[in-house]
Amino acid sequence: MNWLVKVKIKLKESILDPQGQAVTTALEALGYKNVADLQVGKYIELTVNDLEKAEKVKEQVEEMCQRLLANPVIEDYDYEIEELA
Amino acid sequence: MKFAVITFPGSNCDRDVYHVTSNVFQVATDMLWYGERKDLSCYDTVILPGGFSYGDYLRSGAIARFSPVMEDVIEYARAGGLVLGICNGFQILMEAGLLPGAMKVNDSLKFVCRQVKIRVENKETAFTGSIKPGEVLEMPIAHREGNYYLDRAGLEQLEANNQIIFRYLNQEENPNGSLANIAGICNRERNVLGLMPHPERAAEEILGSADGSKIFTSLLESLSRGES
Repeated sequence: MNWLVKVKIKLKESILDPQGQAVTTALEALGYKNVADLQVGKYIELTVNDLEKAEKVKEQVEEMCQRLLANPVIEDYDYEIEELA
Repeated sequence: MKFAVITFPGSNCDRDVYHVTSNVFQVATDMLWYGERKDLSCYDTVILPGGFSYGDYLRSGAIARFSPVMEDVIEYARAGGLVLGICNGFQILMEAGLLPGAMKVNDSLKFVCRQVKIRVENKETAFTGSIKPGEVLEMPIAHREGNYYLDRAGLEQLEANNQIIFRYLNQEENPNGSLANIAGICNRERNVLGLMPHPERAAEEILGSADGSKIFTSLLESLSRGES
């Protein structure tokens, strides 16, 4: 079975995000005064092939996030896993 | 005495480091290729140079950290071998877990390339043993991800163990917004050191500053005293 995995990575909430601040300021300059809590992150999409159980996929994705895709010192991650037809 | 400089795909300071160690300081230096396993035990120091390993894809140092030779660097460091990481080399050492912390993008969001003044906070490393604590060194930085971050508990540990070796002189001099003006740190065992400024680009008067040579001089003096 094949699976579509969507990983979202962003800086931890406690960490100041200079990119997010710059983009917020730019949006304010465009007149969007009600924008707050903007964070710039990364989106990674991949397929995991030849695994039968969703929980095995989750296990592998979790490990890949910990080891390479995210840096747990500064980043949080989140993912969705969908079964591919 | 023998040094090794590791070349990763995208390293661009490997030749500069080689020039300084082999030509300026006359130390036999091997350039090692990232993709080959290597017994490093014959080297007195292993240097990870600056550059843009793997194009800084994903995060600076994140992919280089899994290069075959890094397994040997990790083993060498764990056995007490001296490892110096400069700029991207520092980033690789953090990704490899040999140094604590991580780099965020500079507060200015810009790549900053200029001379900076850093203060030597601690001489209790092989890399700073011959420098007076408090001495100010001038050397260039060139990076976009040098905004050092570590959580509060981690910072307290760094401070308590005197692992902060270099700081930018003050807030104004800090080019990237790093926590506590940190420019360079070492591990708890003090054999692994990483710094963002480039001592190899400031090791000869003709380059505008020879302050960086004090780090290499310290290293050589420490090695010839047989301290490591």
